[in-house]
Amino acid sequence: MQRRTFMGAVATAAILATGAIAQDDPVKVGFVYVGPVGDGGWTYEHDQARQAVEAEYGDRVETVFQESVPEGADAERVMTQMALSGADLIFTTSFGYMDPTMNVAQKFPDVKFEHATGYKTAENVSNYSARFYEGRAVQGFIAGSMTETDKIGYIASFPIPEVIRGINAAYLAASKVNPDVEFNVVWAYTWFDPAKEADAAQALIEQGADVILQHTDSTAPQAAAEAAGDVITFGQASDMAEYAPMPRVSSIIDNWAPYYIDRVGAVIDGTWESQSVWQGIGEGMVGIGEITDAVPEDIREEATRIKEAIGSGEMHPFTGPINRQDGSVWLEEGETADDETLLGMDFYVEGLSGEIPN
Amino acid sequence: MFGTISPTLLVAALMVAATPILLAALGELVVEKAGVLNLGVEGMMIIGAICGFAVAVETGSPVAGFAGGALGGAALSLVFGVLTQFLLSNQVATGLALTLFGLGLSSLLGQGYVGIKPPATGRLDFGPLSDLPFAGRVVFGHDWVVYLSLALTVGIWWFLRRSRAGLTLRAVGESHDAAHALGLRVRATRLAAIAFGGACAGLGGAYLSLVRVPQWTEGMTSGVGWIALAIVVFASWRPGGVLLGAYLFGGVTVLQLNLQAAGVAIPVEYLSMSPYLITIAVLVVISARGTRRSLGAPADLGKQFHATR
Repeated sequence: MQRRTFMGAVATAAILATGAIAQDDPVKVGFVYVGPVGDGGWTYEHDQARQAVEAEYGDRVETVFQESVPEGADAERVMTQMALSGADLIFTTSFGYMDPTMNVAQKFPDVKFEHATGYKTAENVSNYSARFYEGRAVQGFIAGSMTETDKIGYIASFPIPEVIRGINAAYLAASKVNPDVEFNVVWAYTWFDPAKEADAAQALIEQGADVILQHTDSTAPQAAAEAAGDVITFGQASDMAEYAPMPRVSSIIDNWAPYYIDRVGAVIDGTWESQSVWQGIGEGMVGIGEITDAVPEDIREEATRIKEAIGSGEMHPFTGPINRQDGSVWLEEGETADDETLLGMDFYVEGLSGEIPN
Repeated sequence: MFGTISPTLLVAALMVAATPILLAALGELVVEKAGVLNLGVEGMMIIGAICGFAVAVETGSPVAGFAGGALGGAALSLVFGVLTQFLLSNQVATGLALTLFGLGLSSLLGQGYVGIKPPATGRLDFGPLSDLPFAGRVVFGHDWVVYLSLALTVGIWWFLRRSRAGLTLRAVGESHDAAHALGLRVRATRLAAIAFGGACAGLGGAYLSLVRVPQWTEGMTSGVGWIALAIVVFASWRPGGVLLGAYLFGGVTVLQLNLQAAGVAIPVEYLSMSPYLITIAVLVVISARGTRRSLGAPADLGKQFHATR
């Protein structure tokens, strides 16, 4: 307890000290990453955005990052360290950092935090996320149109709303064009473990899946699909273009740069305020990577049309009638899902088999 | 209950999944038999993964790649060897530092290799034998590294049990003072064992980046080295036990993913913790048999040797 009080005092002193000479000092921005910056997926894109921030503001910012930080107590230690070493703004870029971020933010009221893909906010904590499910709907359409075995494999990471939303959105779009389609979901319980992701892809392919969707961050499933031959995949979080045109036929790209530049700019100007944003294809936070020639012309055109309709807001991936897995009605004809339900989504839609682990 | 899972493909997949663990654990077994505890397996594996990958890509030859991976692992292990054997640094701390250093160095070396595909390592061609049902895929359907790892298991068993050099190595591990008094070269023996362990770990890492995944991704070993360390204890420092442990762990990992993919109605939580649960269960059973000594741990494991006389 005493040590904590001491650390708090040191922190306050440090912040006061930096505050006093803040005028000419560059704004220090910290980034906490869940994987290595070279993962070719999720963390890679966050780091690209960090570099974009540096390019935009030059000498006016200083960025630091820590990669492969486990979700949990370690994350809290890393954030505390960043705050103590004078960071003005800290981006914590994984769902599992939510509670650590809230805890650390409470101890450092003058440091601003931006947490990705969560749902909690505070005076000095914003949360931001991308509507990946919009991209999943485009993917699901291509997957459902392309599959010949009617079996689609899905490598899921953790049973959190974001992942479940993705599975539901992809399934709804796929079953709309192909009512016979079946989803096989494998929970890998990791965001990043290339060997395990490769094994999971392998297991799904052996079960007859000819389309693999992934919600894990490495390119290993792409390599497994390529080795198998006639299996298609989609880039996750990053374009993964090195596997185009086959097996990677398209991708969901997370584009964080505009948001990061905007928020760092707000700290520099002193206009930063806590907020909660959720942007999609329309705002450009979610991008759809090039659909390759491996996809027939008509499917490609229709996929592009769906993407544009979602981007303009004319179409919502969750539009009724949709039932829950147990058959109860979720959305009536023509009704669209509200953000609150989507943010806390913990159920499968009708047609998906298997159970969501707790 | 296993529904549509093909046992042939399952066994074949588990052998591939277990090979990196087996190679690394065999190397560490020899190191520990010589009385040295090198906790840097993870670091040596990832260095092996990037060195193997880089050499294979540059030369276009997977065989050269594996050689490069083994050399990279051995070179890194010699850093540990010099620090602990000549400068008498603490083995546990140095080993942990080696892992951190290996992870960092590998991501530096790997900068230019992200997103590149390595030359393929094919399965060996056994002619008509490969067409046999079950055995054709399980026994005769692998790449040469899988056979190398099995041969290495037998070779290390023979070396430790039947050869004079193996006896020397074990003597050094059991009592370095007695071995020194007998005129055996303690430091040289240990250094050779450390280099061998590094080469094996490097080979295991190269297998990950060249065959199992196959690509270079930072941090791609994600903990395999630690599993290998645990398996040495699990095996009571016996090569046969290492083989069993590696295949058991690899097997359960692959099996749980296959069960999920086949839609078997066992809660996923149980499936994903099963590899670890089984490892813990076996460790408990083994350790119930007696103390560390009676399990076969070398008596001078992790102790520093300084020739005072």
